Amino acid sequence: MATYQYPVYPYHPPAFADGLAPTAQVVIVGGGQVGLTMALDLAQRGVASVVLDEDNTVSDGSRAICQAKRTLEIWDRLGVAAPMMAKGVTWNEGHVFYRGERLYAFNMQENPHSKFPAFINIQQYYVEQFLVEQAMQQPLIELRWCHRVTGLETAPAGVCLTVETPDGIYTQPCDWLVAADGVRSTIRRQMGLSFSGQVFEDHFLIADIIMQREGPAIRRFYFDPPWGPEASALMHRQSDNVWRLDFQLGWNVDRDEELRDENVFARIRRMIGPDTPFELEWKSLYTFQCRSIERYRHDRVLFIGDAAHQVSPFGARGGNGGVQDADNLGWKLALVVQGRAGQALLDSYDDERRFAAAENILNSTRATDFITPKTPVSEVYRNAVLDLARDFPFARTLVNSGRLSVPAHLTESSLNGADELRGSVRPGSPVPALPLSVPDNAAVSHLTDILGDGFTLLCFGPANAELHVDSPLGLRLLHAGQDFRDSDGSIAAAFGVRDNAVVLVRPDQHVMACWRTPDPATILGALAKIRGEC
Amino acid sequence: MSSLKHEPCISDPDGFYQELIDAVQRLSPDDALAFSARLNLLLANHIGDRTVLREAIEAARKGLENRK
Ligand SMILES: Cc1cc2nc3c(=O)[nH]c(=O)nc-3n(C[C@H](O)[C@H](O)[C@H](O)COP(=O)(O)OP(=O)(O)OC[C@H]3O[C@@H](n4cnc5c(N)ncnc54)[C@H](O)[C@@H]3O)c2cc1C
Repeated sequence: MATYQYPVYPYHPPAFADGLAPTAQVVIVGGGQVGLTMALDLAQRGVASVVLDEDNTVSDGSRAICQAKRTLEIWDRLGVAAPMMAKGVTWNEGHVFYRGERLYAFNMQENPHSKFPAFINIQQYYVEQFLVEQAMQQPLIELRWCHRVTGLETAPAGVCLTVETPDGIYTQPCDWLVAADGVRSTIRRQMGLSFSGQVFEDHFLIADIIMQREGPAIRRFYFDPPWGPEASALMHRQSDNVWRLDFQLGWNVDRDEELRDENVFARIRRMIGPDTPFELEWKSLYTFQCRSIERYRHDRVLFIGDAAHQVSPFGARGGNGGVQDADNLGWKLALVVQGRAGQALLDSYDDERRFAAAENILNSTRATDFITPKTPVSEVYRNAVLDLARDFPFARTLVNSGRLSVPAHLTESSLNGADELRGSVRPGSPVPALPLSVPDNAAVSHLTDILGDGFTLLCFGPANAELHVDSPLGLRLLHAGQDFRDSDGSIAAAFGVRDNAVVLVRPDQHVMACWRTPDPATILGALAKIRGEC
Repeated sequence: MSSLKHEPCISDPDGFYQELIDAVQRLSPDDALAFSARLNLLLANHIGDRTVLREAIEAARKGLENRK
């Protein structure tokens, strides 16, 4: 490709006596954006992992481009947000067009003082490259490139993998297996798990082009564009002057014909006009699906990312959902591996992330149904919405060009405790990266910076000033006014703090419980759910 | 929570009905369908109440069969 040189990561032939590798505590199959995030999270918590990937480079083509705020917050906690921000193109706004007219614009950034924008656009190969570079710095992560998993045997005490390399096959036993091997997951197939859902009868041609073009980075979605026969089209700016164009072609198309350069070029020309010079960087033809396996935990095998669930891309919920899977599983698996919590904690991963995946699938399905109406009648309604949207603001809320990825609020989680404050951030919600200041520490600017990755109690008000509590899980107490200053009051407002409040935050920076004036026993009671029987 | 009104609410039923039919009767079937869809959406938004809308959708759907 013109703008990107694919890295080649070192392959090491297996050198295990009798073809049997020593037992690993955790093996992660798949070094994509989700598996690598998982490895970094575990390493940060002191847990070693072996990452097996069948390839020795990064994503083929740009694929996922939109990385959401929550993903950036998670990568920030793992120390890898900075290169993403430096390379990515920041955007907050989406514009929706219908037959050449702009219907409306929406802004995804709900708080202008947040640490991160609503989205950055960055090609998936950069994302994976930065994650790999970070993982290479981590002595607790062993990356094995060109090691393909071809089989597995599960037992109550662990899993045994068959791994194929250019120099032969070996056996890799492990205590815990994280399947992050993507949408065609070998692990999922080998275990015979059904991956069911919905296929959308439509084709989308994706073209990445290099072109010099100024103007703000916004998401542009065109229904029935005036320039061409496409039912819809999408345009997104990425880094390196690469632009993502996405054309909706319909169901009955000749795939080979559509992918011929001259046909792709003609579509691009009609969209960008006759004069702008461009170069084609990557093209691909897709049909989209929304599907999931039934459970994400099967004893010692845990499924994350596309291996567990697949969504159509119109909400950027695939990669972003997967990164949240890793964020959710990391601390739980670490506590279990370290013997500090019982295995039942891992069932909460299954509960919480299945809930989140269902929400992602619902949103992606609805968007795809709007973009690709299933029947002539549903198309009539879709067009009625678009026709009305020009003059009637209410109809714009029905227009669905993709409901873009927002973090899951795990409101139904069995881990959630008291909900005494009733602010907008409640048990199950991720803590927002709101601005604050810390005396004598200019490096800290937002709430997520001081939370770290353990359990934290945020204490507000005079009644909680003397609160002391100790837990074997580790618990940091941070007192408002003393350890941090809620300079503009936005933190107190978000949690609904009036005078006295204590907020218990989990290691993945989701809220677990909100009280007014809890005693230590109450707080320890809430944490007892985490430890279970260990 | 309110529910779908079953009792008459329109003050001039014959006049209203004529207006409605006048608006659609010379339309092609395609345009008539588009008209109905637009009218549904406009009125649905005016009503707003999800319970009422759900009851209306159910009432309108009653007795109609899925086509193969
Ligand atoms: C056109 C397109 C646009 C998209 N846009 C967006 C977007 O804007 N935002 C977004 O969030 N998501 C988007 N997605 C979805 C996103 O790309 C995926 O959700 C994401 O890549 C999932 O990451 P993963 O790590 O789970 O799987 P993958 O990225 O598929 O990684 C799986 C890894 O496992 C390895 N592997 C597979 N099998 C084996 C095996 N047997 N042994 C060893 N290794 C194996 C592979 O080499 C690979 O590295 C888009 C997808 C497409 C196709």
